[in-house]
Amino acid sequence: MKKSFRAMFYTPYMMWLALFVIAPVGLIVYYSFFNISHQFTFDNYATFFRSGTYLTMTANSVLYAFLITLISLLISYPMALVISKLKHRDLWILLVILPTWINLLLKAYAFIGLLSHDGLVNNLFELVGLPAQHMLFTDTSFILVASYIQIPFMILPIYNSLTDISDSYIKASHDLGATNWQTLTKIIIPMTMPGIKSGVQIVFIPSLSLFMLSRLIGGNKIITLGTAVEEHFLTTMNWGMGSTIGVVLIISMVIVMLFTNTKRKRGRN
Amino acid sequence: MSNRSSKLGKIYIVIIFLLLYMPILYLIIYSFSKGTTMTNFRGFSLTHYGELFHDKRMLAIFLDTVLIALLSSVFSTIIGTLGALGISNAKRERSRQTLLSLNNILLVSPDVIMGASFLIFFTSLKVPLGFWSVLLSHIAFEIPIVVLMVLPRLDEMSPSLINAATDLGATSGQVLSRVVLPFIQPGIIAGFFMAITYSLDDFAVTFFVTGNGFTTLSVEIYSRARQGISLEINALAGIMFVFSLILVIVYYFIENHNLVSRRKKDKLGVANQ
Repeated sequence: MKKSFRAMFYTPYMMWLALFVIAPVGLIVYYSFFNISHQFTFDNYATFFRSGTYLTMTANSVLYAFLITLISLLISYPMALVISKLKHRDLWILLVILPTWINLLLKAYAFIGLLSHDGLVNNLFELVGLPAQHMLFTDTSFILVASYIQIPFMILPIYNSLTDISDSYIKASHDLGATNWQTLTKIIIPMTMPGIKSGVQIVFIPSLSLFMLSRLIGGNKIITLGTAVEEHFLTTMNWGMGSTIGVVLIISMVIVMLFTNTKRKRGRN
Repeated sequence: MSNRSSKLGKIYIVIIFLLLYMPILYLIIYSFSKGTTMTNFRGFSLTHYGELFHDKRMLAIFLDTVLIALLSSVFSTIIGTLGALGISNAKRERSRQTLLSLNNILLVSPDVIMGASFLIFFTSLKVPLGFWSVLLSHIAFEIPIVVLMVLPRLDEMSPSLINAATDLGATSGQVLSRVVLPFIQPGIIAGFFMAITYSLDDFAVTFFVTGNGFTTLSVEIYSRARQGISLEINALAGIMFVFSLILVIVYYFIENHNLVSRRKKDKLGVANQ
C-alpha cells in the first residue's frame, strides 16, 4: 500500500492514543505535584504517606478488593466447572453473561430494596426465625453486593480456560487411578491457572475503585481509594490530592498486572 | 463424574442462577406494584410505567443516552477498525506489542482514573463539560474494545488474498473495500455491539465529565437512588431489561449466522482443494 494511504489509517488512531491514553495519564501525574492553590509541591505525596487516614484507606481498599475477589472466585470456580460439563453449555454461559448487560446502577439500586429493613432478605430471616438485621450501609453488604456484580466477570475467563482442556487429560488421569478430587487439584486447577489469573485481574482492579457502590450500599461509611478520588475531584475540588491518590491507584494496578502476567507465563512453561 | 456429584453440581448452579437473577426480577416485579416502596407488594398496576412515559425529563435523558451510545459507537468503530488495520500492518513484532499494550491501557484502568484524567484533560483544553465531553469520552473508551474485536479477524486473513487482489490490478482502495472490509465485517459488527453496551453501561466516566446541564440514564439513576426508592426507576429497569434482552438476542443471532456462514465457507474451501 502507498505511504500516504497508510498514514490515513494511522492518524485518527494515533491521535486517540496520544490524546486520550497518554496525555490523560501524563496530566494526572503532572497534577499530583500541585497543591490546591496551584503551586508546585511534593506535599500531596508527603500527606499521603505520612497521614494515617490515607494509609488505612489504602489498606482498607486493598482488603476489600481482596475479599471481593476471593468470594467471587470461590463461587465462580465450581459454577464454571459445572457449566463446562453441561450439554447446552453455550446457552448457560449466555445466561451468565446476560446480567452483565443490565446497568450496574440498576443492580445496585435493587439491593437497596432487597437489603432494607423490611426488604426480602429480612423477610426470609424472619421466616427462619432470625431477628431483622440492619444490613444496608455495612461493610458486609458492600462486599457481598460487589462480589455479586463481579461474579460473571470471574466465571467467563475460568469457563474459557476450562473448555480449552482436552478431555483426554481427564480420562488419562482417571485411567492412571486418580480420584475425582486428585484430578481436580492436580490437573484441572493447574491447567486453568491462566483463566483464574485473568479473572483475578478483571475483578481486583475495578474493585479497588467502586465508588458508586460504596456510596449507595456502603452509605458513605466505606471510604475506598475510588471514593477518595471522586471526593477530591468533584466535591472538595482538590485536584492535586485526587491526582496523587490516582497515581497510587495506577501504580497498584500496574503491580497487580505484573503479578498476574508473570505467573501466567510461568504456567505456560 | 459420578451421578451424585453431578446432581449436587446442578443444584449448586440453580442456586447461583437464582441469586444472580433475583435482584433483577425483584426490581421488575416491584415495577408493577401499586404501592410506592420496594417492600410490600400491593397488587398489580401499570401506574409507574405511566409515570415514566409522562416524565418528559426522563424521556429526554433516555434519548440523549441512546444518541450518545449510537454516535460514539459509530465513531469508535471507524477509528478502532482503522487502528486494528494499522496494528496488523505494523512490520516489527515489537511495535505491534507496544501498540497493543497502549491500546489496552484504557480497558484495564479503573473507571475513576479514566473519569478523573479525562476531566483534567477537558478542562485544560477548555472543552465545555456536557454533551461533547461525554461523547468524546465514550468514543475514547470504546475504541480499544473495537480494536480487540477486529484484530483477530485480520490475523486470520491470509496475505495471499491481498496479494492476489493487487496482482489482479486492484488499487489500495479497492483492496480495502472489496477484500479486507468484507472479510473482517463480523469483527466490526461485534465491536460495534460491544461499543454500544460499554456506552450504555458506563457510569463513572460520564459522572466525572458531565457538567450540570447534561445527564445520561446511569447518572440519573444514581442521583435518584441516592434520594431513596422511587418505583419509576423500577419501571425503567423493566424497560431496560427488555431492551438488553433484545440486544443479546440480536447479537446472538448475528454471531451464530457468522459461525454458520464461516463453516459453509470452510466446507467450500475443502471441496475446492
